[in-house]
Amino acid sequence: MAASDDTRVRPAPREPAGANEGSGLVGRRGRALIAPRVTGQVRYTDDLALPRMLFGRLVRCPHPHARIVGIDATRALARPGVVAVITGKDLPERFGIIPWTPDEYPLALDRARFVGDAVAAVCATDERAAHEAADLVDVEYEILPAATDLDGAIARPEVGLGRAGTDNVSKEVALAFGDVDGLLAASDVVVEGEIHYEGSAHAPIETHCALAQLDKNGLLTVWSTTQVPHYLHRELSRVLRLPPTRIRVVQPPIGGAFGGKSEPFSLEFCAAKLAMVTGRPVKFLYTREEEFYAHRGRHPMRIRMKVGAMADGTLTAVDAETAIDGGAYSSFGLVTSYYSGQLLTLPAFAQAYRFKSTRYFTNKPPCGPKRGHGSVQPRFAFETALDKLAVALGLDPIDLRRRNLVPPDSTTLNGLRVTSNGIAQCLDAVESASGWAERRGKLGVGRGLGVASSAYISGTNYAIYPNDMPQSAVQLKVDRSGVVTVFSGQSEIGQGCDAMLAVIVADELGLDLGSVRVVSGDTDLAPVDLGAYSSRGTFMNGNAALSAAREVRHKLVAAVAEKLGVTPREVLVTRGALCVAADPARGVPVTEAIALAEAKFGTLGAVGFYNTPKLGADYRGGTIGASPAYSFTAHVAEVAVDLETGKVDVVRVWAAHDCGKALCPTAVEGQIAGSVYMGAAEALFEEHVIGKDGLHLGPNLLDYRIPTTLDVPDIVPLIVESDDPEGPRGAKEAGEGPLHPSIPAIANAIFDAVGVRIDRLPFSPSRVLAALRAAARARPAAE
Amino acid sequence: MKVTLTVNGSHRELDVPPLMRLIDALRGPLGLTGTKEGCAEGECGACTVLLDGDPVCSCLVPVGQCAGRSVTTVEGLGSIDHLAPLQRMFVDHGGAQCGICTPGMLVAAEALLRRTPKPTEAEIREGLAGNLCRCTGYQRIVESVKAAAELRGDRGEGAA
Repeated sequence: MAASDDTRVRPAPREPAGANEGSGLVGRRGRALIAPRVTGQVRYTDDLALPRMLFGRLVRCPHPHARIVGIDATRALARPGVVAVITGKDLPERFGIIPWTPDEYPLALDRARFVGDAVAAVCATDERAAHEAADLVDVEYEILPAATDLDGAIARPEVGLGRAGTDNVSKEVALAFGDVDGLLAASDVVVEGEIHYEGSAHAPIETHCALAQLDKNGLLTVWSTTQVPHYLHRELSRVLRLPPTRIRVVQPPIGGAFGGKSEPFSLEFCAAKLAMVTGRPVKFLYTREEEFYAHRGRHPMRIRMKVGAMADGTLTAVDAETAIDGGAYSSFGLVTSYYSGQLLTLPAFAQAYRFKSTRYFTNKPPCGPKRGHGSVQPRFAFETALDKLAVALGLDPIDLRRRNLVPPDSTTLNGLRVTSNGIAQCLDAVESASGWAERRGKLGVGRGLGVASSAYISGTNYAIYPNDMPQSAVQLKVDRSGVVTVFSGQSEIGQGCDAMLAVIVADELGLDLGSVRVVSGDTDLAPVDLGAYSSRGTFMNGNAALSAAREVRHKLVAAVAEKLGVTPREVLVTRGALCVAADPARGVPVTEAIALAEAKFGTLGAVGFYNTPKLGADYRGGTIGASPAYSFTAHVAEVAVDLETGKVDVVRVWAAHDCGKALCPTAVEGQIAGSVYMGAAEALFEEHVIGKDGLHLGPNLLDYRIPTTLDVPDIVPLIVESDDPEGPRGAKEAGEGPLHPSIPAIANAIFDAVGVRIDRLPFSPSRVLAALRAAARARPAAE
Repeated sequence: MKVTLTVNGSHRELDVPPLMRLIDALRGPLGLTGTKEGCAEGECGACTVLLDGDPVCSCLVPVGQCAGRSVTTVEGLGSIDHLAPLQRMFVDHGGAQCGICTPGMLVAAEALLRRTPKPTEAEIREGLAGNLCRCTGYQRIVESVKAAAELRGDRGEGAA
């Protein structure tokens, strides 16, 4: 079982690991410290309750765009059980995750910009009273003209959602590298297309929740379902005008985030403010409907893209123009706009590139980062263009990509530094596992194979607010009982970063996993880490943990060497004991080594931190997308298309991912599978549609179709290990990269199966059927 | 109103409004927060519990309807020191990531294995189709249930 279970693919025989690197835990299959998650004993935010706790509820605007003329809370306050009502005037401070674009208020101050924008907050002694009281807050609105889609935002600048109020532009990015026009003109073939992505939501099963309490010493504690406790801490301090010394943010385990909890939300500010106003703990829990309005999901995009190639398959130039529907506020939009272009230049690319991305504000719920931030939509446009080129040139699409790969240890066209790069091995792996050569084109009508590849950042050197301090840190406390505690600011959101830390530290010190405790996501207890976003956890926090653990390890080794009368160089750390390398029978158990070290050096502990090296090219925006390492992925998807109904069944997806080194293979495979699933869901089912009236077309889990057990493909995760020179033990990210090829691989497989290209997501039966009928109509005419 | 019911094998008496949702009774007065609320409208299955052995969404059941009946929650399946085979296999096979759907998923799987001790993959997928998971893509969950079925079979724990 173990052998066939091991899906790891190793690129080439590697140098043997450095002298005694680790004690054998890294890379071992098996349990990832999640036992409490199967017993119902983990306390998520909504599982917390405090004495005298009140329940909060936001009053949300029912219009897509309106001026707030007045708010009268008389009727609400008269309802029994209601304790307080606050409005925008109580929190008149702008915030925003990107320091250059703070454009949100916890409660809209004078203008509400989307259906669902919060304008007031109530709290009451029970949930029902709070919900009823919210309906009793009388808000007088003056309805304003609205733009509820991209075309409206472009055509009607007078709606005035932009910063100056004269247009609806959120951010414009235009970058060019090389002679795009010349190379396109000289190309043997140029393909051109336009894709439409309507947007999708994270839809975590746990909705947003926050609980705030002001204690007798004046300390405000906010428990929140956030994946960025540090940023929340800063923003709470600024908006509430409280010094950070009086605020503590605690992030309990999170029930799914996927990027949807990576900035502050109205509920955290309102819970805090109401706790301060009432002197009682206040909890807010978003309903499922609110979750869809609060979403910050993947941006709708319309991308026009031209890609040229020579007859031998060499890519010449890429020209892209992208319109991005940002919704009502900036959120991470500045970064999204760059990512929509900057992350395309790996793994296979051309010699010249130009992109222009414009993010527009619309009167819709704001969009933000969802797993594969900003780069999933352009990846769909580009990888389907490559497929069209392969058809036009009569080349195998895998070979077309191979011909244009950016090599390891190089710099991309737009200045991204590339170190380890296992994309060639990823392509080999999916080609061989899928039986590509033997099966492609031989599966019969209605069945097909498609390929796509991608790359993604492993953390970013862009620290959101500029500073020279560490981006990630941990503190280790070593107890003489043999327990080591890792204090980390990272956020465990189900991706397994707690387990990652435990494996790195236990492996370095020869401990078993049960002897390492991880305390994470608490601004009072742990050193600053910037949060669970940009796929930065393993690379950055892992490196911080490794550096701290190595410091402790040196002390253990030194103390044991002294005891055994050998040099430190002769001491080997093995699982459970430190011993003499040449004579393993001579050694001491780890617990004794800890006691020896404590006696020799005093109380044991260490800090470790990580900062990226200086990265990025020297132009405006040249650091956005610059990462200390990139992960690489290739997918082959097999689909079956029902010609009668247009229904697409994704039968199987082979997904090879270069994560550098799989510290916990079970967790890496889980991330690959989860990514493939989420991408396939966007390809086939999920569509976050806001109507002309600004209302969500189905803010619930029946109408917004997330897949069930019956809707998902068989997923074959294949781990590729390229051993990154700077990653902790060679590791890179695995949580977001593997999503990127999902949509284009399925799109290309549909073309292989039935010969039609569908450029609007999702590939629903009606769209596929329409495309099949259009193709059938076109056929006789062409003959 | 007084409601008496059996919860995880213990006799419990509550004084609550009969229309209180079962999930609120469990998470509130009964102190069993293992059962999670994901949508409050019967779509996600996170709040699944067994009512007289049948899986139900506890957000849709008034506690008054549970009088004299038996409710099993995730806390009734096993504990950290005595993990049930299902729980153990979810840990070993990566069947849980964030864990928020896991209690409902485990309870639904328990109902399935009591009904069908040796389910095929299709039967497992059918049996869990009412429980949404946003992390795993389900494959590891299906594998976990398959492995648990084998383990229970070996121990003669098939039909309850």
